Amino acid sequence: MRQSTLPGGGVKIMLSNLRTMWLVFLHLFHKKETIQYPEEKIKLHPRWRGRIVLTKDPDGGERCVGCYLCAVACPVDCIALQATEDENGRRYPEFFRINFSRCIFCGYCEEACPTYAIQLIPDFEMAEYNRQNLVFEKEDLLINSQGKYPGYNFYKVAGMDAGVKEKGEGDNEEPVVDIKSLLP
Amino acid sequence: MTVMQHIWIVIGVLFVLLNIAAGLIWVERRLLALWQDRLGPNRAGPLGLFIVLADTLKLFFKEDWIPPFADKKIFILAPAIVVGSVLLSFVIIPFAPNIVVADLNIGLLFFLAMSSLGVYSIVLGGWASNNKYALLGALRGASQMIAYEVFMGLSLMGVVMLTGSFNMGAIVEAQKDMWFIVTQPVGFFVFFIAGIAETHRLPFDIPEAESELIAGYHAEYSGMKFGMFFIGEYLGITLISAMMVALFFGGWLGPSFLPPLAWFALKTFFFIGVFILLRASLPRPRYDQLIEYGWKILLPVVLANLMITGAIALWMKGG
Repeated sequence: MRQSTLPGGGVKIMLSNLRTMWLVFLHLFHKKETIQYPEEKIKLHPRWRGRIVLTKDPDGGERCVGCYLCAVACPVDCIALQATEDENGRRYPEFFRINFSRCIFCGYCEEACPTYAIQLIPDFEMAEYNRQNLVFEKEDLLINSQGKYPGYNFYKVAGMDAGVKEKGEGDNEEPVVDIKSLLP
Repeated sequence: MTVMQHIWIVIGVLFVLLNIAAGLIWVERRLLALWQDRLGPNRAGPLGLFIVLADTLKLFFKEDWIPPFADKKIFILAPAIVVGSVLLSFVIIPFAPNIVVADLNIGLLFFLAMSSLGVYSIVLGGWASNNKYALLGALRGASQMIAYEVFMGLSLMGVVMLTGSFNMGAIVEAQKDMWFIVTQPVGFFVFFIAGIAETHRLPFDIPEAESELIAGYHAEYSGMKFGMFFIGEYLGITLISAMMVALFFGGWLGPSFLPPLAWFALKTFFFIGVFILLRASLPRPRYDQLIEYGWKILLPVVLANLMITGAIALWMKGG
């Protein structure tokens, strides 16, 4: 334990110190880890959990059906919405509000969403000078894209008629049985 | 030399030194960063040089707070002592032939005396802060200084013996044929270690010891008073580097394609770099290890060096 008092041990420590200094000096020529941020962007992976968006289906309609599951799943209660229906009985949110000053980007809303409407995308550059600007309304959240699930249209596979397709005409759906006919 | 020339030299030395002390903020941060695989401050101005301005302005605008429990007069006095004593030490440094503030015939002793005075700033600062961490730092600083002051002086006596003078100019002149690093390697080695301890730089920053004592003796200081300790530390590095150059590496001597002053500055900057490299690479020893190392290894080594140098000097004289 008291190695440093021995002359031999002292010399050994000294040499190892000199070696340390040399090895640290060589770091001058190593590749630098710094990413010079505003000019040089960090590479974000496709499933990186960043800014939350509302996606649209391939027909350009809103995917969100206003089921409130995201608002329920949210651990910090940062999602607020109000569901309503159009004349065809298709549900959509009357307003949809995410308070990003509360959001913790946990992704539970995305997991809870039954229609792939709410999605987290790889974007973190959303700093604001004014805190109120972090409250995103539906027009700020809605993007003109299908996000991570292209080609998916909830009302094409859902059983109900909401003005998107006739009953029984959805994907993987059998035609409606004519209950007034005797034929099999 | 006329009086005017003297005044110009004093003003020039002060100007250059204070600028170097400020510039070392940038040098240290950049070099440390490079040795840690980072880039360091590179945004403000060319190569990030204006970080010095930003840091200085920040220090000036910080609240200059004196704790109500502190001993006010001594608290204010302490940071001035460190800068004052280090600047006074620079008086005897021969930057080039005829560029020296005071060509004292006891130059080396003056340097040793002034660098010992520097410890008062640590002790008084820690004492006046009336804070147990500060006091612990001050205590450590005092005993470290006492331990390392002893062989800092003794390590230089070999050089004095070979020169036969305490005058710094004479010591540099005596290295015309051979630098003292060749004839006094042990002396240099011990002086270097003692110099690190003297400036309480890492790895011997035991009075500060951020991870143990928060900031040690200057824990209660803020604003420009802290800045004075900071400048004092950088001036101390410059002083010890300049002394090493003057005593062991031939001072201003060098091939004539560069002026003497440039040789002196180049060598000094090399050693400043070594100081920063030390900070980047070595961990801080425990307090008892430091003191033990000083008294049990370095003191016998330096005494042996002194005796052997003396014997050889006598034998060479044919006495």
